[in-house]
Amino acid sequence: MWYTAVAAGSFRRYATYRIATAAGVFTNTVFGFVIAYTYLALWAERPHLGGYDRAQALTFVWTAQALLAASALLFGGGLDELQTRIRSGDIAVDLYRPADLQLWWLAADLGRAGFQLIGRGVAPMAVGALFFPLDLPADPATWLLFLLSVALGVVVSFALRYLVSLASFWLLDGAGLALIAGLACMFFSGMVLPLRAFPGSLGEVAQLLPWAAILQVPTDVLIGARSGASLLRGLAFQAAWGVALLALGRLVQAAATRKVVVQGG
Amino acid sequence: MASEAVPERSGRAAEVAHGLRAYGLIVRMWIRSTLAYRTSFVLMALGNFAASALDFVAIVLMFSQIDALGGFTLPEVAFLYGTATLSLGLADLLLGSMDRLGSRVRDGTLDTLLLRPVPVFAQVAADRFALRRLGRIGQALLVLGWSVTRLDVDWTAGRVLLAVVTALSGAAIFAAVFTAGAAFQFWAQDAAEVQNSFTYGGTTMLQYPPTVFAKDLVRGVTFLVPLAFVNWLPALRLMGRPDPLGLPGWADFLGPAVAALMCAGAGLAWRHGLRAYRSTGS
Repeated sequence: MWYTAVAAGSFRRYATYRIATAAGVFTNTVFGFVIAYTYLALWAERPHLGGYDRAQALTFVWTAQALLAASALLFGGGLDELQTRIRSGDIAVDLYRPADLQLWWLAADLGRAGFQLIGRGVAPMAVGALFFPLDLPADPATWLLFLLSVALGVVVSFALRYLVSLASFWLLDGAGLALIAGLACMFFSGMVLPLRAFPGSLGEVAQLLPWAAILQVPTDVLIGARSGASLLRGLAFQAAWGVALLALGRLVQAAATRKVVVQGG
Repeated sequence: MASEAVPERSGRAAEVAHGLRAYGLIVRMWIRSTLAYRTSFVLMALGNFAASALDFVAIVLMFSQIDALGGFTLPEVAFLYGTATLSLGLADLLLGSMDRLGSRVRDGTLDTLLLRPVPVFAQVAADRFALRRLGRIGQALLVLGWSVTRLDVDWTAGRVLLAVVTALSGAAIFAAVFTAGAAFQFWAQDAAEVQNSFTYGGTTMLQYPPTVFAKDLVRGVTFLVPLAFVNWLPALRLMGRPDPLGLPGWADFLGPAVAALMCAGAGLAWRHGLRAYRSTGS
């Protein structure tokens, strides 16, 4: 299928941004160090906060930095291009192509995430493992389940960003909405603090929201906080949000293409 | 004609005055254009406020579980947070658009700036001046104000002066980092993110007490990239805390000197980068 070609092309495209990738790795690593020490101080005061021990908390920090680009935790990830195409009217060209708009961009996003997982993820994680006692699994099966969970997380992240981009069909300037969506993602994904360490019911509610599927669940799989039935529930939770949000995206897309006249049309 | 904008060659002072005047004119133009869309401006400023506040929310969430972090209470951490964020916010407001230099080098639009009879630095610094960045400054001032009412510090005139000088010299230190980062982009055009490590990453570090970090890391931001002078050393003195490296007492007052040195170094790097610039293409 040509969607594979789109994904492969997107992978290659991001692979050409070598200096930007190196710069990103450097920045992720610096933030990893800073945040790791603040978590060490926090877990020194409250050992077993959120059910994590020290090594698990440190692994959370470095996993978050490793997934930052791939899972688009700051809500970039190239979909601003779609927003620009909607605003400029170029989207009209995309719509009469014999390919589905949503699947096209999903394929491109998966290709991007695939490269950034390798290019931006491996190095910070390796540095983190070198300088801190991380709790990384020894058996390859857990790593495979982690990768599956990351992939599901990327789909959820894409579905959310796609919805935000489609809003540009109705809003003249999507910058405000993108900003709010980005903040919500940072806060409710666990990027600011693991959701399990949130106080009281805030943590319980946050773990039911779609953003939990992007970082919290994959990390829990990696550090062994989810196994057996709990692991399956986690994956099902991610898949359910992915399907629901993609379906919502299709509805909005249908409404947009049926009712909205593109710029200048 | 532009003749009145060209400086009479009466020395450095006239050049600097000319650059500042040009900076002011470009900034005023961007502010006028921003305020043409008032609702959009207010929303973006609020967004900037909220984005900045997210870091403090993390700290508050942490303190909902603990009483002290690295031996520091919430008001003390809030004071560190407020001073670091205020300095970053000021530098970001004045020079924050400089990280667009890399993309200007890439698409060749920097050449347009070279043709105008205005210092390139003033043009790049004022480019797309973003008034919404007042949001971060406002957020920092709120946290700072709250922490001051909770801290047990006797605010004599000397201490107030130290706090004000600290905020300004801290802003100058970050301004030097922004400038050096922009100069670096003359060579590594895509590397805009590296300077985020020092500006945003550095600020995140300075928002927490130095006791939290490994000694080597604290040494690094004291002697290598001297961000510790932005707020750590003077703030620790104001709060009556010893500094973890045990530096002599006068080091707490070195902020302005460090800022001046860093600005001079960044200025040299900028000149060097601009001179080495050979435009895009073949």
